[in-house]
Parts: sequence; C-alpha cells; structure tokens
Amino acid sequence: MEQLLQQIINGISLGSIYALIALGYTMVYGIIKLINFAHCDIYMIGAYVGYVCMAKLGLGFVPSLFASMLVCTLLGVVIEKIAYKPLRNATRIAALITAIGVSLFLEYTTMFFATPNVRTYPPMTGFMTRTFKFGGIVISSQQILIVLITVILMVLLQLIVKKTRIGKAMRAVSLDKDAAELMGINVDSTISFTFALGSALAGAAGILVGVYYNSINPLMGVLPGLKAFVAAVFGGIGIIPGAMLGGYVIGFIEVMVSGLGYSMYRDAVVFAILILILIVRPAGLLGKNTGEKV
Amino acid sequence: MKKFTIASILLISILVLTGCSQGTSTGQDVIKIGVNYELSGGVATYGQSSVEGIELAVEQINNAGGIKGKKIQLVKYDNKSEPSEATTLATRLMTQDKVVAVLGPATSGAFMATIPVANQNKVPVISGSATADNVTVDDKGVKEYAFRICFTDSQQGSAAAKFALDNLSAKKAVIIMDSSSDYAKGLAETFTSTFKAGGGTVVAREAYMSGDTDFNAVLTSIKGKDFDVIFIPGYYNEAGLIIKQARAQGIDVPIVGADGFDSPKLAELAGANALNKVYFTNHYSSVDSSPVVAEFVKTFKAKYNKEPDAFNALGYDLAKFVADALNRAEKIDGESLKKALEATKNFEGVTGTMSVDKNHNVVKDIIVIELKDGKQFKTYRVTN
Repeated sequence: MEQLLQQIINGISLGSIYALIALGYTMVYGIIKLINFAHCDIYMIGAYVGYVCMAKLGLGFVPSLFASMLVCTLLGVVIEKIAYKPLRNATRIAALITAIGVSLFLEYTTMFFATPNVRTYPPMTGFMTRTFKFGGIVISSQQILIVLITVILMVLLQLIVKKTRIGKAMRAVSLDKDAAELMGINVDSTISFTFALGSALAGAAGILVGVYYNSINPLMGVLPGLKAFVAAVFGGIGIIPGAMLGGYVIGFIEVMVSGLGYSMYRDAVVFAILILILIVRPAGLLGKNTGEKV
Repeated sequence: MKKFTIASILLISILVLTGCSQGTSTGQDVIKIGVNYELSGGVATYGQSSVEGIELAVEQINNAGGIKGKKIQLVKYDNKSEPSEATTLATRLMTQDKVVAVLGPATSGAFMATIPVANQNKVPVISGSATADNVTVDDKGVKEYAFRICFTDSQQGSAAAKFALDNLSAKKAVIIMDSSSDYAKGLAETFTSTFKAGGGTVVAREAYMSGDTDFNAVLTSIKGKDFDVIFIPGYYNEAGLIIKQARAQGIDVPIVGADGFDSPKLAELAGANALNKVYFTNHYSSVDSSPVVAEFVKTFKAKYNKEPDAFNALGYDLAKFVADALNRAEKIDGESLKKALEATKNFEGVTGTMSVDKNHNVVKDIIVIELKDGKQFKTYRVTN
C-alpha cells in the first residue's frame, strides 16, 4: 500500500512534466493543425536558460523560472514568425517537415554552443533540498514544487482561454479560422499568442526537469517530447483538458510499468498505447468523433 | 590548359614531398614504436591521457639509457576516434614507418580494427584500455599479435561480486543495469554468476536505457524488497542520477559500480552528500598508498602539473610493459617481441603486477575505490 502511494507520487511528478509539454502540442495543433515537433526543443532550451541563470548568473529559482519562460516565449514567437507563418497556406506536410527541421536546428545549434556533454544544475539550497516523510512515503520538496507550479500554470491557462478576449479569439480561430477573420479577429496575433503560451509552459517544464533530475543535455527533449505528444493524442489532440489528462495518464502508466518490474518495456508500452488509441479511438479520450469538413 | 598546369604542379609537388619524407627515415640507433591514439573526436580524452602517460614513460626509459643501448622513438598519429582511421594508421605505421610495435588505440572497437593488420604484418599491437571481452580472443582462438594490459569486462564484473561478498558481507543483491550497452550486459552477467557461486542471490534485476533520467519508479519497487547491495553496471551519467534518487528515497545500502563511474561528473550529478558507501572497480587510483603509485604520482605531477587519472597510468604502464618485453626479446623485430610479451611474468606496473595468460590478457589485481562525500577515500584490492 505504501509502495503504491509512493508510486502514485512518482507518477504525478512525471505526469506533470508531460502534461506541461503536451499543452503546447495540443494548443498549436488546435489552432493551426500543425504538430510542432520543435516544441520539445523549446523545452530543452528552457532547461538551458535555467542552467545559465542558476549556475552562471547565480539567480534564485523563481527569477530563473520567469527568465526561462520569457526566453522560451520569445523563441516560440520568433520560430512561428520565421518558420511557420510563410507556410500558412502551404500543405500540412510542408509545415510538418519544417517543424522537424526547426527541431533539428535547435538541437544541434545548442550542441554546438553548449557541447553534447551532460550538464548539471548547481546544488540546491534551503527549501529545495528538503524531503518530507509520511510513514514510509517520501516526498521531496522538488516534487511538491513541480506539481504546485504545474497546477498553478494550468489554472492560469484555463482562465486565459475561458475568461479573456484573447482566449475567446483563440477558441474562435481554432473553430473556424476564416469565419473568425471575417468577424474581425486578428488571426496572426492570435496564433502568435498561442505559440507564446505553449512555449512558456514548455520553458517552465524545462527548468523544473533541470532542478528535479539535475541533468540536462541538448537531446533531452526528444523522448519526453514524443511522450508528451502521445499524451496529447491520448487525451484528444487539440483539446486542452485532454492534454492534461493524457500527460498524467502517460506518466502514471510509465511509473506503473517500471514499478511492476517491467522497466525494460516501459517505452514500448507507452508507444503501444499510442497505436492502440489511434486504432480504437482516433479522436482521443475526450475527443468527439466528427468527420472532417469537406 | 590552365587546369593542366595546376594539375602538373600538384603532381610534381606530391612526388617531391613523398620523396622527401622517405629520404629522412631510418637511423639504426633508435627503436621505433607506433602510437595510434584518439587525439581528437568523441573519446579524445582517453587518447590524450594515455599518450601523456606513454610519453612520460618513454622519457624515463630513454634517460636511463634506452633499450639495449638504443633510444625509443615514438611515431605518433591521431586516429580521430574512428576505427577505419585506426586501421589505416596501423597499416602506415607497420609498412611505411617500420615500427616494431603499435600502442593503442584506447577503445575496444578501434583497437580491434587494427588487429587484422597486425597479424598480417607480424607486428604486435598492444592496448592499455580496451576492456571488451572479445578483444584478444574470439571463437577462432587467440589473436596472435594482439595484447592488452587492462582487465576485461568480465574480470571486472566478477571482481565487483567478490568485493560485495567478501568486503561488504552482502548476501542479497539488486542489479540495475543499462540495457542499451554490451559493456553493462557483460558486467551484469559475470557479477551474477560470481555472486551466486559465492553463495549470494540476486533478488531483482532492473533495466534502464542510456539517457533516462527518472528512476524513481524502479527504486520504489525495489525498496519493498530485502537486499543489502545494489550493483549498477553502467556509465556515470545515469549512475549519478540513480544514486541521487536512491539516497533521496532513503535507500542507504552500499552501491557498487564499475570503471564507468570514473568521472568528476558522477559527483556533480549525484551531489557530494549522496556519494557515501559507493564503491567502484577501476584500474588505478591516485589515493592508492602503494609506493609504486606514490612515485608515479610524484613524477607525473612534476611533468604535467596535475593529478594523473586512470588512463595516464595505463598509458605509462603500457609503454613500460612493452619496453620490458623488448629488453628480453632476442632480436628487435615483431616476432621476437611477440614471444617476449607472451612470456611476461610478474611485471611490476603502477596499475598492478601483471602476468600475460594464454589468451593474451593480463592477470592482475583489480582496485576497488570507495567514495566518501563524493571524493575518492580508500582503495581495496581484489585478486582475480
């Protein structure tokens, strides 16, 4: 029982990271039907910005978190303007291939400047080093931090999407871009804003991973990025609550598979789930099965 | 027309240059030894460190009068960490430079790529650090002209098991292994067989992939089991994180690893206060108290102004080991050297006392290093 509770805590921490990344995939897909493969590398850049802030500039965790989110926001918007906007009316496959190109560009540029070596965050101090014991269950302050920040960011995101004008515009554009434009919505700036939001969340995930696992490298985004993508598809791509649900479920499944002693098959199981979902329920858990408009 | 002129100029200059390089060679009073190491590329630090050790040793040998009155001359090339380049250089060293032996490369793959060339030209190749099991011997038998002076991966795995049984009095072990490398698989296998033969049991065997960062699930699941040692065959990148997360979960049993742990990154990743009761097998440690090691550390520091690492020591031993065989050889040629190398008994090196066995591997003690607060603290010797 104790062990199960501990595994649940492990699953929630891991799932939070996947959920934060998955939100970016899902929002961008929802609004311009693009699977932005560069998203996982924005997460990696976030981890590196956090590293520079904490290890080189000696900033604390909270200012570094904001710096990471800010840099990633800018990066996301710049990538959208340079790489995706000129292809807005091109085929979807062209945009997809560009996304893969941007992803490789970010990975290997980082590798050039930061070397492929693994880097470590400086040792944590104060609250960040504490662990709390409840019977046999151990929770570290970093796990609490991850879950707390994820929940705060998700609530903020929901508020933005549901309660603000720009959120309303996002929902309108995702429903029907042309009609939204006819109603006087600035589609370009709405799309930029979506990229900004998604990238900020990825940046936050990056620095949280850096603090939690203490190990970052230029290719760190690849596998978590793929898993977050699976999470987004699992919950129903384009649906925000679906991405959150998907993230936690995938994190959970991973932990349970390892916990039951099948650590060799952990990744295989995650991707088998992707295939299964695509066969059984292509629209995802929370998706409605509507035919595409022609 | 212009193209023709450029081409002929190039051709002439190539002829002149190659003519020159052949003209300058072969003084009779030196013994040429090839150095074929990774001086750039992916594993450049291994090659550079080895060559530093080799150069120090050769300097000492030459200052002491050389071998049979002849000085050693090193012919040094960079194989760029590529096996194909290593093969090309081995050919060049043996056919053009006419060396009597080739030292290196450092890694098993690159070293193995030079062995066919060695057998063909009857010039011994000797590596200081190629640890894969099948380097000097395979299904077809011993590779005649290949030697090494380091332990093999399987010797290392069984040394770790012996250490756990004898020094840590461990009876139940958990193995957390890197399932993506042959190195880790080999270590896990010999650890298991030796541990069982010594009366221990392996209660769980978990796996991870290189590049993984989250080991909490696996650690939580083993936490419920009863065991008194964890063996982690793998490299420092993941091992550091496993140790950190294990200690954070309150698992404080001893952790044993192999030479893949040997990097300052291990302490950065795990955090110094997590690195207690952590042991790993290695070729050598600079905190070893034996007088041979102390003497080596002193001379090395005097020349390079830094603490020698394992590859420095292996390179140093490698050059001395070959010089020792050359001294005993009937003639200075590849075949006599091979015979002398095969007959090596109880050669005293920095990394241990070595004898060559019938498979061209050396038999020597393996060092186990204990870490305390992230620093090398104490060493043990395990006899294989």
